[in-house]
Amino acid sequence: MSELTITALRFGFLLLLWVLIFSIVSAMRRDLMVGRKAAAGAPTARQVRKNPELAEAPAPPAKQQARQLVVVEGPLKGTTLPLAASPILLGRAQEATLVLEDDYASGRHARLFPQGSRWFIEDLGSTNGTYLGDQQLTRALPVDPGVPVRIGKTVIELRP
Amino acid sequence: MSQLSSTPKPRRNVEVALLLLALAVGIGANMLVGVDQEKAFDSDFWFQSSLLAVAALVFHGVLRFRAKYADPVILPLVVALNGIGLAMIHRLDAPGDDTGNNQLRWTLIAMAVAIAVIWFLKDHRILRRFTFISLAASALLLLLPLIPGISAGEILGARVWIRLGPMTFQPGEVAKITLAIFFAGYLSSNRDLILLAGRKIGPLQFPRFKDMGPMITAWLVSIGVLIFQRDLGSSVLFFGLFIVMIYVATSRISWVVIGLALILGGGFVASRVFSHVEQRIDGWLNAFTPEVYENGSRQVIQGLFGMANGGLVGTGLGQGRPDLVPFANSDMIIASLGEELGLIGLFAIVLMYLLLFTRGFRAALGTRDAFGKLLACGLSFAVALQCFVVIGGVTRLIPLTGLTTPFLAAGGSSLLANWIIVGLLLMISHTARGPVDTTPLPPAKGTESVGIDTPTEAVKHP
Repeated sequence: MSELTITALRFGFLLLLWVLIFSIVSAMRRDLMVGRKAAAGAPTARQVRKNPELAEAPAPPAKQQARQLVVVEGPLKGTTLPLAASPILLGRAQEATLVLEDDYASGRHARLFPQGSRWFIEDLGSTNGTYLGDQQLTRALPVDPGVPVRIGKTVIELRP
Repeated sequence: MSQLSSTPKPRRNVEVALLLLALAVGIGANMLVGVDQEKAFDSDFWFQSSLLAVAALVFHGVLRFRAKYADPVILPLVVALNGIGLAMIHRLDAPGDDTGNNQLRWTLIAMAVAIAVIWFLKDHRILRRFTFISLAASALLLLLPLIPGISAGEILGARVWIRLGPMTFQPGEVAKITLAIFFAGYLSSNRDLILLAGRKIGPLQFPRFKDMGPMITAWLVSIGVLIFQRDLGSSVLFFGLFIVMIYVATSRISWVVIGLALILGGGFVASRVFSHVEQRIDGWLNAFTPEVYENGSRQVIQGLFGMANGGLVGTGLGQGRPDLVPFANSDMIIASLGEELGLIGLFAIVLMYLLLFTRGFRAALGTRDAFGKLLACGLSFAVALQCFVVIGGVTRLIPLTGLTTPFLAAGGSSLLANWIIVGLLLMISHTARGPVDTTPLPPAKGTESVGIDTPTEAVKHP
């Protein structure tokens, strides 16, 4: 084979390598964003027709940010705790952020954590369960200010 | 977490298109080797190429069937890297050598094992039940090369191989997977405790002393590997893996500070006490000194000369002399590729690793359970760190250590371990990109406490 062909093949291979890389990058371009919504903007009319669940719900009214946690019932009644940006561990264990002196609470009972502009509560596998309003938690749920959260005999609320 | 508003798309057709391109790269590399060495396209070439192609397409078929929503670019990237590695090893084979065919056999075995992992495991969350079994398995795997009888003895100054019939195997490669599973399981269960307790000193919040237990254990394991197996690379890999996973789990920079302090302390003492570490560091700092060159840095320097010879566009596959470097097809395969493909080709390969790493992290971001997040982070970071240690060593950025270049270097255990990692990443990306799976895991046999599998991050907006 001539020198020229070999040189052409050599450069052709390097080109092929980069063609592969550029194809891969362009294939993944569309899902580089974690939330597609932000990147793609509003779904087109056609997408909405095909998938009705894409139609955006009207924007919820602006909520007041919760700034403190108040114990409204139970042995610690009246205690308040300012909310910062870090998660809060609720339970009887000494390392909990709010140590509940409540015989019906577990050592590590529940966790309150901020995500976006809201606070979420999550049960950490407690014995007696955590209730948000009158609903027992099975997964992490957002807590709105004023909604009572019951842990054993203690009831806490978030206040703005 | 922001919500995915679009309907999940499998994108398997994109994968098959990219896969064909990747196979063209791998087979094209092999073909160029043949052209440049003026060998005819013999039946061997067609046989090897078709085996690789069939294996890759079967893998793709399994994904279509079992993990429909898996990331479409991971498989093509890995197949391309593996193909380039195969071509290079084949090219470096002296007449009569069988390393190329051996590597092809291991590639097929590794792909089959990865397929089996995807086929039988179905859901990566099941691995969480094996948290402490994984720890025991890691300990066993790390101890195996030290047990007389099974151990293959000291090869090239390191005691990391075991003998399995006619073959040798490096159990440490598999141990990085089991360790990642253990760290992910342990940290996803104990994250809150480690996160919430502790005292603040200045801007850093330090953990309580008793929560440092696992970290001290990880440090001792790494030091043990360094002392007893004389394997600097794996030691760095295991400890780096742990620091990154605990940092990802807690987002506390104090862990990184403590970890780096432990590495520096351990490294300093090791470089004073152990001659093999000292020799490595000497061969790195004073590589061009004639005395050091004679007994230590020859390999690195020859590799550097080779890469310099390759220049920007390389000498062309099959036209350089990478075979002058000792271990040109395993430790120094990056230098061999740098010589024959040049800077342009080497950058393409480094970029492929980078893309693979980003896809692993993308899967971690997208998946909804804490265990899967940590596992994907840990596994993809392990591959990335391994690349950094090897490529950094070959280019004399850091001391050369005996780690393998993932997917490229000749060596069965490394291929096997890395393909299993790919299988796990594909499975995690399947849950990350697929529709939300709300069905609970089938209950485990034995005493599984209720709620341990509830995904921490599954948040449904009303």
